[in-house]
Amino acid sequence: MSQTDMEQTATEAVEQAEDEAEEKAPVAAEEPQAPAPINVKQIKGILEMNKGARFRTWLNICARCGLCADSCFFYLAHDKDPKLSPAYKIKTTLGEMYKRKGEVDREFLTQAKEVVWGQCSVCRRCSMFCPFGIDMASMFMTARAVCNSQGILPAGLARTKKNIIETGNQMAVSNEDWIETCEWMAEEWGEEVAGLNIPVDQHGAKYMYTVNPREPVYYPQDVGMMAIIMYVAEESWTVPTNGWDCTNLAMFCGDKAAAAIPVRNMYQAAQELGVEYILMTECGHAYRSGCFEGPYFMDIPGGKPPVPVKHSVQLFVELIREGKIKIDPAKRLKERVTVQDPCNVSRSGGLSEYLRELTNMLCEDFVDMTPNREYNHCCGGGGGFIPMGPEYKKRRMASGKVKAEQIRATGAKVVISPCHNCFDQLNDINKEYKLGYKVVSFKELITEMMIIPDKFKPKDEDEEEDAGASAESEE
Amino acid sequence: MYQLYEFLRGPGAWIAFTVFFVGLAVRMAFLVGLSKERDKVLYNHFDWSWAWRSIFHWLIPLGSVSFRQQPIFGLVFWVFHVGLLAIPLFLNAHNVLWDEAFGISLPSLSDKLADYGTMVVMACVAFLFIRRLARPEVRILSEGWDYLLLILVLAPFLTGFLAYRQIGPYDLMLNLHIFSGELMLILIPFSKLGHIILFFFTRAFIGSEMGARREIEGRLGARTW
Ligand code: SF4
Ligand code: SF4
Ligand code: SF4
Repeated sequence: MSQTDMEQTATEAVEQAEDEAEEKAPVAAEEPQAPAPINVKQIKGILEMNKGARFRTWLNICARCGLCADSCFFYLAHDKDPKLSPAYKIKTTLGEMYKRKGEVDREFLTQAKEVVWGQCSVCRRCSMFCPFGIDMASMFMTARAVCNSQGILPAGLARTKKNIIETGNQMAVSNEDWIETCEWMAEEWGEEVAGLNIPVDQHGAKYMYTVNPREPVYYPQDVGMMAIIMYVAEESWTVPTNGWDCTNLAMFCGDKAAAAIPVRNMYQAAQELGVEYILMTECGHAYRSGCFEGPYFMDIPGGKPPVPVKHSVQLFVELIREGKIKIDPAKRLKERVTVQDPCNVSRSGGLSEYLRELTNMLCEDFVDMTPNREYNHCCGGGGGFIPMGPEYKKRRMASGKVKAEQIRATGAKVVISPCHNCFDQLNDINKEYKLGYKVVSFKELITEMMIIPDKFKPKDEDEEEDAGASAESEE
Repeated sequence: MYQLYEFLRGPGAWIAFTVFFVGLAVRMAFLVGLSKERDKVLYNHFDWSWAWRSIFHWLIPLGSVSFRQQPIFGLVFWVFHVGLLAIPLFLNAHNVLWDEAFGISLPSLSDKLADYGTMVVMACVAFLFIRRLARPEVRILSEGWDYLLLILVLAPFLTGFLAYRQIGPYDLMLNLHIFSGELMLILIPFSKLGHIILFFFTRAFIGSEMGARREIEGRLGARTW
């Protein structure tokens, strides 16, 4: 299990050193042998394929008004450096590629790489602030596709992509390991809830639950928490043996063929199992991939996933609304809380109201960040930034300033993140900017606060009121 | 000078209007055709309500979050566009020409109002020009064309204004006025100015894409305004 998102947060000290080493020679690090010549024909092909009515129009009508600048957190975090405005970044990368009709060299592409990955998280905020609604994230994605086609991409992402192509998931976890994790978690959390089990490959279940591979690898308890919630709510659910990874970092490489792999596995599993929904863990880009981009990676006519995709945040709200999960009022969080709107959950996922409803169900002192909902700022960890690794960490911390200030202004002691990527980034900026909050996920809060009905309490120790949950609720 | 005037008023005007309408129609037809093949995403998620709201909020003054962040620019920008459209269309003197050529006439602006309006438009151009130079994030994006287009847009207003006030040689001003107006019409289909039509399409797309597409199954779409 090689490069993972978590490694960065886990090994701070080593990283610092690596950081500097890699910053100096970022290209050398990823290309040990002599680089292959640039395949201009292939680049031309990609550019031509994407040059539809939208791209032609966008490239042509940008009025150079500069309104998009203030929308981009990279620009805001770097004293309004005009070179970081979305329009400028497009003009000097994709715009230039089209202008030169694809006749670009390695040097140009290597520079472009630093812009399209290192200065943009494809958060899609700028589109909302442009008078023409130019979809700059789509254009950055195409520029990424061009670089990627020549093997020019951040080393961290290249390694992740390799994992996906070779094993079907970003961290090269085997299906056996995944199922073992589920069994282990069912057993471990079974001490708190009698009869807890995680159904595997159950045909006709309502939900097929999919996760981020970092759960089996680093946060197996997340799987256990979800199991408890689903079990107590008496929902019909299952996990698949194959196709359980809902994430898609190949998407952020701009590699359509590789990006289709995890999506295909997941859709196929859902269709074979005949489930009603693909349920996703609290992850942002997974939702973007599964719900919106996935069908296009697979060229599905109509552009919709074959099985509807539901984010667990939406399910949690539904379960609590319907009374299937009851929250113990005494355990609701008293400390000040704010909630992170992951771009791919709020702006690109449409789930912002669910986040607020759920936060209010669980917390007493909720203060929103400004701006929020679809207008939120990216945390700085999106678009592939976290797995891009130490080489890009300094930049990630610098651009995280905007989010850090947003959180500081709320005075929150707890930040809820319904996205694994944001989770890491929020932890990192917490340290970097000394903000002193704690990052939690919704499922963590819910398992701490939910009432476990008597019938689910382990028989031999039913005197000892839900021991696990109350032991954990003290911070 | 008179022959030139005759030409500009007669065949010149017909050429300009023909190029304008045919050019725009051809450009649109080409883009629509291309979009059927390469922009499926547009058709897959199109939604009239989101498309309309996405257009409407950018048409009204300060209707978008973006413009409200730069309210002075937002207002100047709006007034500029209204003046640019309304004055040439509703000017009294132009109405006489519309009537002659097409047998239609539109409601007329009083000459005085048009005169003030022209001054306002010119002031707006000056503002936009200065803004382009003064704001680093705009200057870095600007190319020769962006400045030139502003001057081109200014030209018919300035010359019309001077001719009306009989400042400078009248005949020359009038000819320059007609010529620059026709030049602008001819350039619209082939330049950024094509946004007079394309604006509606790009806004309709992004409105549907970020709004309607995210809205199903209890979710809320993102407002792009
Ligand atoms: S997509 Fe986000 S990060 Fe990229 S340029 Fe636009 S606002 Fe900036
Ligand atoms: S806001 Fe839109 S039109 Fe204006 S400079 Fe940015 S991309 Fe171009
Ligand atoms: S990491 Fe989180 S905030 Fe940042 S792009 Fe992903 S979803 Fe958006």
